[in-house]
Amino acid sequence: MNVTQIYKLLASVTDPEIPVLSILDMGVVRGVEFSEGIVKITITPTYSGCPAMNEIEKNIIETLRLAGVSFVKVNTILSPAWTTDWMTEEGKQKLMEYGIAPPLSPSADKKALMGEVRQVTCPNCKSKHTQMLTLFGSTACKALFKCMDCLEPFDYFKCLR
Amino acid sequence: MNHQHLFEYVLQLADNANVLSHRLGQWCGHGPVIEQDIAMTNLALDLIGQARNLYQYAATIEGKGRTEDDMAYLRDGWDFYNLLLTELPNGDFGKTVARQFLYDTYALLFYSELKNSPNEMLAAIAEKSLKETAYHYRWSSEWVIRLGDGTEESHRKMQEGLNEVWRYTDEIFQPVEREKILIAAGVLPDLAALKPQWEEKVRAVIEEATLSLPEAAGMQYGGKTGRHTEALGYILAEMQYMQRAYPGLEW
Ligand SMILES: [Zn+2]
Repeated sequence: MNVTQIYKLLASVTDPEIPVLSILDMGVVRGVEFSEGIVKITITPTYSGCPAMNEIEKNIIETLRLAGVSFVKVNTILSPAWTTDWMTEEGKQKLMEYGIAPPLSPSADKKALMGEVRQVTCPNCKSKHTQMLTLFGSTACKALFKCMDCLEPFDYFKCLR
Repeated sequence: MNHQHLFEYVLQLADNANVLSHRLGQWCGHGPVIEQDIAMTNLALDLIGQARNLYQYAATIEGKGRTEDDMAYLRDGWDFYNLLLTELPNGDFGKTVARQFLYDTYALLFYSELKNSPNEMLAAIAEKSLKETAYHYRWSSEWVIRLGDGTEESHRKMQEGLNEVWRYTDEIFQPVEREKILIAAGVLPDLAALKPQWEEKVRAVIEEATLSLPEAAGMQYGGKTGRHTEALGYILAEMQYMQRAYPGLEW
C-alpha cells in the first residue's frame, strides 16, 4: 500500500453531514505519511464545534482497516485553519447537484451575505434571483437562502477564510 | 510564568466559551423566530468547539490525566474563571444580543492578536476561533443595529439590554495576576491596549443603531478569580448534573 492507494481509500470516506462529499473534496485531509509501519493521517476540522469530526476519524480508521491497513493514526491539527478555498472544484459541483449552493469566492460571498448583490445560484432552478433568510442554517457551515423564482428554500455553504 | 499560570489562563478562556455557549443554548426552542433560534444554537456550537479545544489543551498542560470532560463537568464554581459577562442571565433577546455583541467585539480583537502568540497551541486555537467569531460579530452587531434603529419598543429594549450588561465589560480589560504575568512574558496581547480599540468599535455600532453609550458606573469584577455572581451556580447545577449524579456516564 502506498500513499496514492491510501488517498484512493480516503476518497470513499464521506462527511456524515454532507454524504455526497468525500473528506478529500472537503479539503479536511492535510497529509498522509508512513512512519515506522504506521499510516499517519492528518485532518483539520471545518468548524471548532463540528460534530462530524469524531465520526470522520472513526470512518477513516475503519475504511483503512477493511482494506487491510491495521496501523492507522489520525492526527487532528487546528493550524493552518480550514478554509472553503480548500474545497475542490469537483466537490463544489457535487454540492450543487446535491442541492446546496457551493461557497462563492470570498469577495462575492461577502456581498451575498450582506445582501448587496444577487450572486448565489439556486441549486434547484439555477436562478440568481435569490435572497438570504438567515446567516446561520442547519449546520455551522451553512446559511439559509430562498429562491424568489421557484420559491424553494436552500442551503448555501458559507465561505470560511 | 509557570505551568499553573498558563493552565489557569487556558481554563479562563475555555470557561468563557463554555459558559457563554451554555447561555446561548438555553435559547434553543425559545428564540423569537426559528431562524434566530437556530443562529443562537449555531453560535453555541462554535463556542463549545472552542471550549473543547481549550479544555483539551488545559488538560495536557496539567498532565494529571484529567480530561476535557473533567474540566467542564467536575470543577466547582470557584474554580471557574470566566468573565462575569458570560454568565449573565439571558434576559430578553435585546439583553442577549447586547451581551453577545460586547463579547464578540472583544473576542474579534483579542483573537486577532492572540493568533500571533509564540505559544503555538494558543495561536492555533485563536486562528481557528477568529474565523468563527467574525460570523458571530456580524450577527450580533447587525442585531444591535436592527433593534436599536427599529421600532420604539425594540430601541428601548436594546438600550436597556446594553445598560444592564455594561457594568460587566471593564473586567475584560483589567488583567488579573496570571494575565499580568502572561502579558509580561509576551504570551498574551496587552489587554489595556485592546480597550480603546474595543470602545471605538462598540461606539461606532451603537451610534449607527441610534443608541447611546451607557455610563461607566459601578463596574463589577471577580469572575477571572473565581468570584462569581449567583448565576454561575445555577448554570453549573444544570450543566454538571448528569456527571455528578452518575459519575462517568456516557451516551
Ligand atoms: Zn430556484
